[in-house]
Amino acid sequence: MTKRIDQPTGTETVGHEWDGIEELNTPLPRWWLWTFYASIAFSAVYVVLYPAWPLVDRATAGTLGWSSRGDLAKEMSAAEAARQGVFAQIAATNIEALPANPELMQAAVSGGAAAFKVNCVQCHGAGAAGYQEFGYPNLNDDDWIWGGTLADIEFTLNHGIRWEGADATRASYMPAFEGVLDTGQIGAVTGHVLSLSGKAKGNAAGATIFAENCAACHGPAGAGMPEVGAPALNDAIWLYGGSQAAVTKQIRAPRHGVMPAWQGRLDPVTIKMLAAYVHSRGGGQKAAPARPATEPTGDVAQTKKAENDG
Amino acid sequence: MESVVRRLGAWAIVLLLAIIAIALTPDSGFAIHMGIVGLAAVIVIIASMRSYDPLAKVQGIFKMPPGPSRYDYDVVRWGVIATMFWGLAGLLVGVVIAGQLAFPWLNLEPYFNFGRLRPLHTSAVIFAFGGNALIATSFYVVQRTCRTTLAFPQLARFVFWGYQLFIVLAATGYLLGITQSKEYAEPEWYVDLWLTVVWLAYLAVYVGTIVRRHEPHIYVANWFYLAFIVTIAMLHVVNNLAIPVSFLGSKSYSAFAGVQDALTQWWYGHNAVGFFLTAGFLAMMYYFVPKQAGRPVYSYRLSIIHFWSLIFLYIWAGPHHLHYTALPDWAQTLGMVFSVMLWMPSWGGMINGLMTLNGAWDKVRTDPIIRMMVLALAFYGMSTFEGPMLSIKAVNSLSHYTDWTIGHVHSGALGWNGMITFACVYYLVPRLWQKPRLYSLRMINWHFWLATLGIVFYASSMWVAGITQGLMWREYGSDGYLVNSFVDTVSALHPMYVLRMVGGLMYLSGAIIMAYNIWMTIAGYQRAEAPMGDTAHDEAADRPILPEPQAQPAE
Repeated sequence: MTKRIDQPTGTETVGHEWDGIEELNTPLPRWWLWTFYASIAFSAVYVVLYPAWPLVDRATAGTLGWSSRGDLAKEMSAAEAARQGVFAQIAATNIEALPANPELMQAAVSGGAAAFKVNCVQCHGAGAAGYQEFGYPNLNDDDWIWGGTLADIEFTLNHGIRWEGADATRASYMPAFEGVLDTGQIGAVTGHVLSLSGKAKGNAAGATIFAENCAACHGPAGAGMPEVGAPALNDAIWLYGGSQAAVTKQIRAPRHGVMPAWQGRLDPVTIKMLAAYVHSRGGGQKAAPARPATEPTGDVAQTKKAENDG
Repeated sequence: MESVVRRLGAWAIVLLLAIIAIALTPDSGFAIHMGIVGLAAVIVIIASMRSYDPLAKVQGIFKMPPGPSRYDYDVVRWGVIATMFWGLAGLLVGVVIAGQLAFPWLNLEPYFNFGRLRPLHTSAVIFAFGGNALIATSFYVVQRTCRTTLAFPQLARFVFWGYQLFIVLAATGYLLGITQSKEYAEPEWYVDLWLTVVWLAYLAVYVGTIVRRHEPHIYVANWFYLAFIVTIAMLHVVNNLAIPVSFLGSKSYSAFAGVQDALTQWWYGHNAVGFFLTAGFLAMMYYFVPKQAGRPVYSYRLSIIHFWSLIFLYIWAGPHHLHYTALPDWAQTLGMVFSVMLWMPSWGGMINGLMTLNGAWDKVRTDPIIRMMVLALAFYGMSTFEGPMLSIKAVNSLSHYTDWTIGHVHSGALGWNGMITFACVYYLVPRLWQKPRLYSLRMINWHFWLATLGIVFYASSMWVAGITQGLMWREYGSDGYLVNSFVDTVSALHPMYVLRMVGGLMYLSGAIIMAYNIWMTIAGYQRAEAPMGDTAHDEAADRPILPEPQAQPAE
């Protein structure tokens, strides 16, 4: 034990030494000590104000009565209250009547945009452009497999597509032509399908096969039939790709994409708003004026889309 | 001779069990792991048969001085080499996963995707790089501050090599997809059991050495090392309690479920930071900073008070990782207030380190090793302020789940743990290999500036990224709806992710320069260069290990 005064600092050492290391007997820095005390004092106050002390079957609630669940509930109900007026108005308005009230339509579109980000972007993409590799449709164009009016879109959202859990779900199943048609026939009909949108030269054999096997659903000119979910083939828009190989693949063994039904998962107003948002992406169609009850479906399917575009 | 036969027998049984396990298991990953265990047993068996000594051969490659020196440095030398090796590996994987986050096509399925490489990175830098640095320096410091050689020298060798086997099993397991999915505790049950054995051996060697010390008091660095070893043993055992599905397969199920599991995990996770990366590295600081500065420790009283307050407060702070989750509010409060109270105890270590330079501040200008130590302490202070701040619930509601946390962790890991480890390795190598000085002190300068700039790039890009992310997630439009989708935030962060990778690359290049410098030092070269400040060492001037018989000093 040899305590000595350290020259540069003028402080006494403690007197121990390990492998040449000594220690000074400097007192605790005051600012350090007082800041330490202050942080303890802060904590002492905090544990009185907020939930802190565990008891046998619960914990102290804190004198402020704060809880994280209560906080969340308060914020959520405040946000809900702020939107309540618009929600009630949208709920009371028939979806096809929404565009007549531009302000309400605008509110529905922004609400739909928010819900889309949470529920839809996973498949349809942040820009709603879909994902052709997996057959998630582009919602920005004017090609609607199941119809593009506000009511059509709302119905699709409510009941989904080929969704087993929903009775009214939209369902269509194109048969696989693998084995029904031979390779040559499939090649010919592929050529004809591509010719409908001007991507290939027409061929008579393909046209015959198309008329016999495909026209019943896709229409003689390949304009599709939204009532049964038969896609239009005469535009340049393709669900699974428009290359020769992709079209051949689809004819051989069609893929049948699935979209969940959102009824029950989302409230009706949110679904209405989502329909408004999707409709507003650029390809939404106006509702046809009152339809005759017994309308021959073929005619509707062959109406030119341009007339319907909204 | 008998003990050799017994040892051979024991390892032959290990080999046999490994072969049986390979034959019976339906789990291919487990079979590969048992193959590694069997290989380790074969190496030990061959090494024990005296006719062939691979260790001596490799020691020749690394030019280790022959024979025992006055202190038992063999394990320390191996530890230094392992630290460098795993450090480079861990940093490299870090750069790769930073690249994967910026450019997803760098994910090579299935073995090299982000999900498997990320634990490889964290375990390699924390447990392999940091762990080897801690084992090596602790064995060096405890001998010298206790003036005695290691207790149980054979067990000390087992600790080092056993720990390397743990690292290899853990690392290969991640790539093979063997994980129990607990952050920083990913290895499965059999690897955990092995580490428990190794760790208890480590504790035995360490305590045994302290017990046979020839100094009346235990030096402060040893308190911190001991706290680190004891607490990590406890954390490791409790958090990894699990029931294996089969003794012939890698899968196990945790003993805890739900929020209890989450709380146990973060009690472990936070104290891995507290006792592995803080207490252990403070121990390194408490020996190497006064030695390199040639100055007495600033305040003995501060070291006592901040040691006990740090140890007492840290263990409660884990719940702050679970703010605004299913964890009950009272436990969240507990985690937050203990984190706030932890601020000053953490800073006690920084003050004691920095103020030790009183009377030697000029060395910051002249001595590149001191400069590294000062920077390490500065980053230590910064991240131990940032930690309590982030634990405050209002701040946490913005920062949680964002890249701010990543920035915080890396200012601590790269700035504090990395820099103090580099400084200690630079200090150790000439002394362990009995060289007059390092190959080049000026290269330390290059390393210092590359690493410092790398950290600045890394930390600042992650701060910006984290706050951007937090603000975008909570941004509401005037119509009352969220403005951004998740993917909007991802694309907004892309430039920051690229900058982060650049920072990581700079830090890695600094470490490569260091590896070259260390390699050349060990090979016996000295670069011709203008001299810089360094602390001279003369082993002959050390006080003797066994003191002359003398009266015990009256205390």
